[in-house]
Amino acid sequence: MGMTMVEKILARATGQAAVKAGDVLEPKVDLAMSHENGALVINQFNEIYKDTGLEARVWDPARIAIIFDHRVPAESSKTATNQKKIRDFVARQGITKFHDIRGDEGGICHQILPENGYVLPGTVVVGTDSHTTSHGALGAFSFGIGATEMAAVWALGKILNVEVPGTIKVVVEGALPRGVEPKDIILHLVGKLTAEGANFKVIEFHGSTIRRMSTSGRLVICNMTVEAGATSGIVPPDAETVHYLKGEAGVKSIPPLFGPDADASYDQVIEIDASKLEPQIAFPHTVDNVKPVGAAKGIKVQQIVIGSCTNGRLDDLASAAAILQGKKVARGVRMLVFPASCRIYQKALKAGYVETFMKAGAVVMNSGCGPCLGVHQGALADGDKALATTNRNFKGRMGNPNAEVYLGSAATAAASAVTGEITDPRTVTVARAKETPKKAKAAKAKPKAARKVKAAARKPKVVKRKAAASKPKAKPVRKPAKKGRK
Amino acid sequence: MAKVVLKLGADVSTDIIYPGRFMATVLPTETPQYAFADLEFNKKLKAKEVAPGSFIVADKNFGCGSSREQAASCLTGWGLKVIAKNFARIFMQNSINVGLNMVICPGIEASEGDELEIEGGKVVNRTSNRSFDIVPMPKARQAIIDAGGLIPFARKLVLQAKGHS
Repeated sequence: MGMTMVEKILARATGQAAVKAGDVLEPKVDLAMSHENGALVINQFNEIYKDTGLEARVWDPARIAIIFDHRVPAESSKTATNQKKIRDFVARQGITKFHDIRGDEGGICHQILPENGYVLPGTVVVGTDSHTTSHGALGAFSFGIGATEMAAVWALGKILNVEVPGTIKVVVEGALPRGVEPKDIILHLVGKLTAEGANFKVIEFHGSTIRRMSTSGRLVICNMTVEAGATSGIVPPDAETVHYLKGEAGVKSIPPLFGPDADASYDQVIEIDASKLEPQIAFPHTVDNVKPVGAAKGIKVQQIVIGSCTNGRLDDLASAAAILQGKKVARGVRMLVFPASCRIYQKALKAGYVETFMKAGAVVMNSGCGPCLGVHQGALADGDKALATTNRNFKGRMGNPNAEVYLGSAATAAASAVTGEITDPRTVTVARAKETPKKAKAAKAKPKAARKVKAAARKPKVVKRKAAASKPKAKPVRKPAKKGRK
Repeated sequence: MAKVVLKLGADVSTDIIYPGRFMATVLPTETPQYAFADLEFNKKLKAKEVAPGSFIVADKNFGCGSSREQAASCLTGWGLKVIAKNFARIFMQNSINVGLNMVICPGIEASEGDELEIEGGKVVNRTSNRSFDIVPMPKARQAIIDAGGLIPFARKLVLQAKGHS
């Protein structure tokens, strides 16, 4: 019997010829990521070493990544002090993959990891964040763990008690219609599977839609697999993966790619026809409460949020800017935009998206998680309804249990910002010459060129100027600011 | 024997158990004050009206959502036990790691106020006189529970590794 993608990765990580679902393993960890909750990890890590007479040293400082994103800049003295504690620890332990609150290299962990080439195909990645599932987009087995679990990883370099998960195979075929985005695919799937339908399982993505999709779109899809309870999502790596890692992330040497065996055994196979998909909305207060956008028609919203580890990437901003170009955010609506990383922010500046957003009346915030987890930067009032491109709509999620959060794509969010009520993005005008779904095409094109063309096509006026300015093909924002990976 | 003090439905998220706005509080000694912060139950906890050892009973997928360990440690601090039809993966592992007493019981039927007892692999509802099978923990996870949580378990491994080197 052949192995699934994750079975193959775990066999390699434990030095075995074969493993199968249900085996309990202790795989070596290639990358261990934390954010502000690193403060708790540090506490638990020190507890492990308490009274042992041993010095508390992490197993490999080059394999630990810490990114500040959940509360940036600090919203309270408590957070500021936690961040300081982490900074001191990072310096003491010699942790190199550290992204502080900075305008050059900061951002959301699930964007910082891929764009800096920290995640490689075939590796094992763990993070103290449930959306660590995102990095399956690059062909890694990547999953969320708690802080104490991470403390043990820091001490031992392996993760205890990994039960090899069963795998659900999802095959997505066909071209996404105009106005339908990768977010709509994953919302549809979560609705279909329900919030616990993939609990303790991995979702492996196949099909022509996924093959044609950019890494950015794959990140969206893998990101939200956890909303169906999945341990992780994963896309078998391909030419697009290599293209992203070399072009975008500056990775020099990529390990040999492998996919699942043809005769791998799956718990379930789900087929989705992307060409028939409509924009989707997750209604309050569970992510699996998914309906086509038409079911939400007329629901008035007071806040629009575009951003988060799900949908704060350049193509999301491009999609929203194309809709907002020359339009205004409706009065009574607060529209907040959070580019997922400072690198993306800078590209959005160059492409003119930030200008488009501001002229429309949106507020462009700093890169970070923003109000997604309800800490700061956009709490909701009693009775407010928000439409967000984020990943969770649980009661109280955006800081107020007496408010409601709806989830949708960047296009749906932008269209709704203009009308002030949840709106089908297919019904609004879009400033672009060619009607192509954004994330579905970049696969083979050189992204730099493709982006420029795309941007130019959508925003003729602004971009012409920009394109001329950036003619000398320097790489202003492109170059990874971080030192070498391990 | 102890009482069911809170009965919950399916898909109780970690945002309900421990709202995100309190996440800057991380230490297990400090998290219990925010347990179910947006429910009336929080007031009962703080008024000390809930006896340690009491049961929370929930439907499927308890603890879904974020990986925040506070959602487990805040319940441990009150000495609560959670019985659910099943648990979300990260929450379950966190519970084992921080010593939250949790029981997987797919058939559980109980109401608030019922007296429950855990006995020989079953949850016995003394009020309704019915009993429900518990799904045993896999061996590897039970070993962590038996060690008193992941910290003492990992400490042993760290010392072993040192001994061998």
